[in-house]
Amino acid sequence: MSTEKTNIIEISKLNKWYGDFHALKNIDLNVKEGEIIVVCGPSGSGKSTLIRCVNFLEKFQEGTILVSGTELTDDAQKIRKIRSEVAMVFQHFNLFPHLTIIDNLTLAPIWVHNETKLEAREKALKLLDRVGIRDQAEKYPNQLSGGQQQRVAIARSLCTSPKIMLFDEPTSALDPEMISEVLDVMVELAKEGITMICVTHEMGFARKVANRIIFMDDGQIVEENDPENFFNHAESDRLQLFLDQILTH
Amino acid sequence: MSVFDQQSTRKPPISQIGAVLWLRTNLFSSWINSALTLASLYLLYIMIPPLLDWMIFNASFSFGTVNLFGFDIKFSEAMATNQNCGREGACWPYIYEKLYMYTYGFYPRTETWRPNIVFGLTALLFVIVPLVKHYKHKNRVTLSLIILYPLVSYVLIAGGFGILMPVSTDQWGGLLLTLIIASVGIIVSFPIGVLLALGRQSNLKVIKLFSTLFIEFIRAVPLITILFMASFVLPLFLESGNYFDKLLRALIGIALFQAAYFAEVVRGGLQAIPRGQYEAADAIGLSYFQKNVLIILPQALKISIPNIVGSSISLFKDTTLVLIIGLFDMLAMVNLTSNDPYWLGRETEGFVFVTIVMWAILYSMSRYSRKLELRFNTENTN
Repeated sequence: MSTEKTNIIEISKLNKWYGDFHALKNIDLNVKEGEIIVVCGPSGSGKSTLIRCVNFLEKFQEGTILVSGTELTDDAQKIRKIRSEVAMVFQHFNLFPHLTIIDNLTLAPIWVHNETKLEAREKALKLLDRVGIRDQAEKYPNQLSGGQQQRVAIARSLCTSPKIMLFDEPTSALDPEMISEVLDVMVELAKEGITMICVTHEMGFARKVANRIIFMDDGQIVEENDPENFFNHAESDRLQLFLDQILTH
Repeated sequence: MSVFDQQSTRKPPISQIGAVLWLRTNLFSSWINSALTLASLYLLYIMIPPLLDWMIFNASFSFGTVNLFGFDIKFSEAMATNQNCGREGACWPYIYEKLYMYTYGFYPRTETWRPNIVFGLTALLFVIVPLVKHYKHKNRVTLSLIILYPLVSYVLIAGGFGILMPVSTDQWGGLLLTLIIASVGIIVSFPIGVLLALGRQSNLKVIKLFSTLFIEFIRAVPLITILFMASFVLPLFLESGNYFDKLLRALIGIALFQAAYFAEVVRGGLQAIPRGQYEAADAIGLSYFQKNVLIILPQALKISIPNIVGSSISLFKDTTLVLIIGLFDMLAMVNLTSNDPYWLGRETEGFVFVTIVMWAILYSMSRYSRKLELRFNTENTN
């Protein structure tokens, strides 16, 4: 990892509670531009919550998050600015079922970025081409398979040319035979130098593209390392146990 | 190793289709079902023949000579009177004579063409709107219709402006008034209802509190009370100079009443929208307004169509209550004309007629709602 690159995300002393439940405890994390980070850990460990804080889908009570130098606060203007740079792909795709695929893609460029319909459409078709479903542009989301829907969701989040992509378990809701088509798209993206934070249990993907893997448990970052050391030289027993459980199948 | 044998698809066995099978599975599947079927048939047998006798076979259709679109159609030498209509059948000439009042109330007979044009425009609207569905500028057309249609209708019916003879709202009545109250009530209350539904879900506590209080207050009060309040109590609070139209007051009351019901119906739709839709809209950077108008409401309203129409049908029927504040809708006109000394004892015909007209309108509304649902359904289109 080159050190001269600047931090695009800086998280420090982040604390988050759901009611009395302490979901994130003193999280410190810096992400450099172009870095690919995979976050894993058992369910309820706070990994989704962490990335949802980055685009302010979740409010937090303590600590600071800086995205491209802008601090996340309640200010609606700032939040919208950050959201136009940070895109998110959800576990359940969350496509808009009442709009066609192409309309799903052009919505944000037209309404948020004031592009013309024609520009937005052209760009959207290119992106659909890139994820391999250009021929489905006029269909509705529910006419597509899960894997296709998730690829549309990725294309939709790319439409606004974000600097950062957040993936919240993008393959967990997919049938096994569709996982690879989504992962292939993500691998392609990773090669292009976009900053990515992926919450996922796809260890093959992590091993292949991640610069850094973060293991979370009980709202804390337990361990972070490069793929080689992460999988082969786990420092904590907790990570070793986790790896034993997910890799012995 | 066994070889995989590809099975070909085929039709279901012939014993599983056909009319006899349909009868057996739907009407006579068990002895309870058979008993219910026979009981229903018997009930129809004792109800239908007398009804048909009264409405058609023993009824009088001696309308005299009827002028229909410029053509004279001769039903009989002279129109029947109350006396030469039998008591065992309906006296439809009575309805024919009162038809004007049922339709227009006390609207001046010389000006009938004005409401007629409005009726025509309304019918035309139902023809035009589906036709422009695929037209490029359909949004512009629809928007201008939404603005123009009520304006033109109002000018035509109310008159004034130095061109048309003014007709005061006291003279509006019958089906015309029923349609005006129902459509204005529904159209005005709908946007208010949507805003109240959004308000009730708002994070802004003051707006949420106001919306909730308004909805719960209105829903806990009968429409009659609100009509009374609007008609008799409201003027007490206004200075004597600010006396405004009785119909307008009733319309405001009805619109506020209906808004509260629409708000609850739409809120039901809003609650059915998964959280993920809100999150996705937020994540791509839409503002609160864009999120609701582009993403949430189109889906929520689509789900709510059956309930929106159901609620509208209720309102349509409730318009008959305006009788108590001295407005003469169609039902009130039937009541009023049944006091005609020349036609004593013929109120049954009037009520049957109102029932048929109401049923025709409301059943069409409910069919229209079904069509809308199918049109907006993108969930299972293959």
